[in-house]
Amino acid sequence: MNVPADLKYTKDHEWIRIENNIATIGITDFAQGELGDIVFVDINTVGKTLTHGDIFGTVEAVKTVSDLFLPVNGTILEINPGLDASPEVVNTDPYGAGWMVKVQMSNDDVSTLMNADEYSALIG
Amino acid sequence: MKNTPFTNIHTQLGAKMAEFAGYNMPISYSGINDEHAAVRNSLGIFDVSHMGEFLLKGEHALELIQRITSNDASKLTNGKAQYSCFPNKEGGIVDDLLVYCIEENKVYMLVVNASNMQKDWDWIMQHNTNAVEMKDISNQTALLAVQGPNAVNAMQQLTDMDLINLKYYTFCKGTFAGIDNVVVSATGYTGAGGVEIYFPASFTMGDESQLAAETMWHKIMEAGAAFNIKPCGLAARDTLRLEMGFCLYGNDIDDTTSPLEAGLGWITKFTKDFTNSSALQQQKADGVKQKLVGFEMIDKGIPRHHYLLKSADGNTIGHVSSGTQSPSLGKAIGLGYVSIEHASIGSEIFVEVREKLLKAVVVKIPFYQG
Repeated sequence: MNVPADLKYTKDHEWIRIENNIATIGITDFAQGELGDIVFVDINTVGKTLTHGDIFGTVEAVKTVSDLFLPVNGTILEINPGLDASPEVVNTDPYGAGWMVKVQMSNDDVSTLMNADEYSALIG
Repeated sequence: MKNTPFTNIHTQLGAKMAEFAGYNMPISYSGINDEHAAVRNSLGIFDVSHMGEFLLKGEHALELIQRITSNDASKLTNGKAQYSCFPNKEGGIVDDLLVYCIEENKVYMLVVNASNMQKDWDWIMQHNTNAVEMKDISNQTALLAVQGPNAVNAMQQLTDMDLINLKYYTFCKGTFAGIDNVVVSATGYTGAGGVEIYFPASFTMGDESQLAAETMWHKIMEAGAAFNIKPCGLAARDTLRLEMGFCLYGNDIDDTTSPLEAGLGWITKFTKDFTNSSALQQQKADGVKQKLVGFEMIDKGIPRHHYLLKSADGNTIGHVSSGTQSPSLGKAIGLGYVSIEHASIGSEIFVEVREKLLKAVVVKIPFYQG
């Protein structure tokens, strides 16, 4: 299972990369594997200011649907434009081309996030 | 959780496993889309040993089956099977099933859904007033579905029985891959052609016949290797059946749905009396008020079981019973019940998805035309 060491993680199986107070967020390799073939990433929250734990979108796999929970406080800046035509990149490249949103963080409190070791322990 | 004779194989193959109807079942191996495509284009193998099999024997066996099932089992001759259902007394369906005629008027095998095994057994027992001998062979019968356009050619290598000329909904019994008393049936739940293979096997790991069942799996995989056979899980089984518009008990039909509303009029034969037949006949004469239809999404979104179906003015007209992204068609499809005035082909309906109304259109089923 691929769990890059330079990212932060949540118990909801999202990853977060923070650069200059902008968080790039996606779902983990474990999550894409559990969901199976992803066919649609439905995010309609661009421009919205949301709180840690809010639903910012939904990911539809062939067999199942799963909500996406915002792991930080902030404003949704951008959705990955590539997901509309090729949602399957979430399966093939979850930490790269499969990123989902960029968020302008309203504070830099990331104390609830896990590091790679902690997340690896969670998914066992 | 119960194992099937193939649970060790699934685990060794790295399948994603989950409990289904009390059994530890493979959900997927290489991925739903990959497995789905293998079956549509060439060949796949499914372990469906969780299904229930009941043997009914004796001079009153046919009479019992006729009384509790909606289709006309008197049409069955040796080696023929039929799709049918057990109607309940309240207008719904206890289960759907296959009836196999092993020996006309004497021996029949009923194949029922794993999730309904106990309910079905009790239901049949309750109606067995003429001492038909009943035997539950579910946990000693392995069932492998070998499905796809290359299934028959691949499986013919393993037997002297003539599978090439085996007609749809007929079966033969004999030696297959070195195991005796194997039933090979030209049936399936995928619409891709192929066979379902029933054979005696222990569900206890390490028993001789359980190990023989594993050998059977490996022989089928070898015979299918030239056709790139892939192991397929319950997830692909669901997308394949949904593209054909085949009903799934618990989704599209249940204790409350009428066979006539579910589009199962073709297995509801009023040439004989059966459970609730007079009320169903009346329903047919009056016309159904709602109907199971197939629909395709026009707006982007995936319909799911229980989502509401609405008219353009926002009134609820029904609900989704099954939905998925169709791997073969590349679009989202669903089955759902709608009030009869919205049930015609071309009718525009709306699916409520996360508080939004997404446009869909009623289409003909099967969705997938081979």
